Amino acid sequence: MKRVMTVDDSASVRMMVRVTLSGAGYEVVEASDGVEALQKLSETDIQAMVVDLNMPGMGGLDLVRKLRKIPGFLSTPIIMLTTEGSKDIIQKGKDAGATGWMVKPFSPEQLVNVIRRVL
Amino acid sequence: MNEILPDDIQESLLATFREESLEQLTELESTLMELEISPLDTEVINKAFRTLHTIKGNAGMFGFEEIEAYTHDLESAFDLVRKGTRRVTPELIDLTLRARDALLVLLQGTGDSKAVRPEMDTVMSLVSDFLKEEQAETGDATKPERSGKRGDNESGGGGGGSGKKPGSSVRVASEKLDQLVNLVGELVTVQARLTQMVSESTDSGLEAVAEEVESLTWELRENAFSIRMIPIETTYRRIKRLVRDLSRELGQEVELITEGSETELDKNVIEKLTDPLMHLIRNSVDHGIESPEERLQAGKPEKGTVRLSATNSGADVVIRVQDDGRGLDSEAIRKKALEKGLISTEADLTNADIFSLIFAPGFSTANQVTNISGRGVGLDVVKRSAEELRGTLAVESVPGEGTTFIIRLPLTLAIIDGLLVNVAGEKYIVPLSIVEECVFLTKETVGGSHGRRIIRLRGEIVPYVSMREWFDVQGDPPDIQQVVVVREGERRIGLLLDHVIGEHQTVIKSLGKVYRNVDGVSGATILGDGTISLILDVPRVMRVTERMESPIFAA
Repeated sequence: MKRVMTVDDSASVRMMVRVTLSGAGYEVVEASDGVEALQKLSETDIQAMVVDLNMPGMGGLDLVRKLRKIPGFLSTPIIMLTTEGSKDIIQKGKDAGATGWMVKPFSPEQLVNVIRRVL
Repeated sequence: MNEILPDDIQESLLATFREESLEQLTELESTLMELEISPLDTEVINKAFRTLHTIKGNAGMFGFEEIEAYTHDLESAFDLVRKGTRRVTPELIDLTLRARDALLVLLQGTGDSKAVRPEMDTVMSLVSDFLKEEQAETGDATKPERSGKRGDNESGGGGGGSGKKPGSSVRVASEKLDQLVNLVGELVTVQARLTQMVSESTDSGLEAVAEEVESLTWELRENAFSIRMIPIETTYRRIKRLVRDLSRELGQEVELITEGSETELDKNVIEKLTDPLMHLIRNSVDHGIESPEERLQAGKPEKGTVRLSATNSGADVVIRVQDDGRGLDSEAIRKKALEKGLISTEADLTNADIFSLIFAPGFSTANQVTNISGRGVGLDVVKRSAEELRGTLAVESVPGEGTTFIIRLPLTLAIIDGLLVNVAGEKYIVPLSIVEECVFLTKETVGGSHGRRIIRLRGEIVPYVSMREWFDVQGDPPDIQQVVVVREGERRIGLLLDHVIGEHQTVIKSLGKVYRNVDGVSGATILGDGTISLILDVPRVMRVTERMESPIFAA
């Protein structure tokens, strides 16, 4: 079974990602910030990530930049979650190394479709 | 949200969203108040922005478009502040706090949500005014005259409680905890029966097992209770907000100092404690603390101080609300009590007696009816709330120096340590936490001292009340009776009864409505032999007895 990690400081968003993706046949690992994400990544195999842009401590962009420097994560699909879809922000995400982005609010189907496309 | 998810999952998602958002609104509140003290702290500004951002984002995700729209402008306002184009003003903090309160109502989705929409719209138009305002601000630092309105001196609480301790935790529905404690209560009851049966048997193997079960039961009881304990900090947060709002409303500078926010109490106690505590604080700010002019004249700092503290004391938690205001005016209270017919003219009262009159129903010393205290709710309500929590309320005061209210509460409501006593063959429970000592009384000394019901205890005089008479029991008491001396605050009273049986772990069962009117009984418990024993409502017995015995109460 393929494993997807959701990194978000909001428990309800994590839960939404979890129930949606586990309903679509994925296993979901949760992390509430960048630090926890890095720690869990060192313990479990993850095939794709859904990362929130705005988090306290290590934000989403910093996390992606870090990951892209670690061998083994150079091409892992990473979907960024943002609340505003401005070009500026999306460009920043691209520069950091994100695979794609989703603008909140999104529907469960959208999420499943995006993950199916990258995995 | 969408039809792709089953209904029950959608529902639990919504519940998580609600819970999380409520938490965020609480956090927003304390962040805003931090911001009021340090309006230039970028970390705090960022925190406020991020919290608003998350609330907005989540509201959008879960289909609360209204909340999303409302938070949008606030978020933009804080975004400008974050980027340095605007500054935090007292107005912005005020508006955001008002919006927070309205969002809280909207989020709870109760019937009141219609009522807050006009308020929300007013706030939002003011926020958009703020956004539109010319960005030409005077380059000086934010106006300092407002920033001192309130202080927050919780020792070591710099982060405003945001510093969650490491270590994993799980969320559990509170009903599950209540159920656990109920089950433990049942277990303790059955345990008592087992112990009783084993004591009648001669099987030593059985005895050993029973003892082991007993110690496990005890451990389980302690454990289950500790799960329900939560720090009083959440209540403190609401009070900080209250003091802030009161200061503004009354134009009175008041500093709130909180101590012991880590003190833990049963969740149910904390929930029921907030209102009475808010009432006491209101009382202190409104009646206790003098106007700035009066204070300066009396040689006090212009700013009044209210100190709120919580400490553990044995099986109790003691909460104090202490102000450095004018203190209680015993002459004024006495006069008022005379007017209201609460005391008679010839009553010879100590200061403590007079002070306790402020807890009498219908008593209120406010000269002016203000928006704050004049709501027709007196301190008697606070006292009753404390008693409903099986606690007590007392007051101490020094003229010119201030007044202290002291609430003493048991750690938990469900199981108490009790003293089992016998009155004419019936068994009753006296809460052990208030028992001071037990003494014997012979037939000769009963009713001695010229018919006055008093005993001498190492030189001190303690009045007592006969429980046989209280419950209207016929027949003669035994030759030697016992008096259990109990204390509530500064008052002591003896309960005359047949004899003391011993300690008993008391699982409190409330009495049904039918028994509401039984005087002097606050609940019941099941004993080891399966019989029922009533729990004595000692504060009530004390009050009634004082009224009957002393000449001070005319009624």
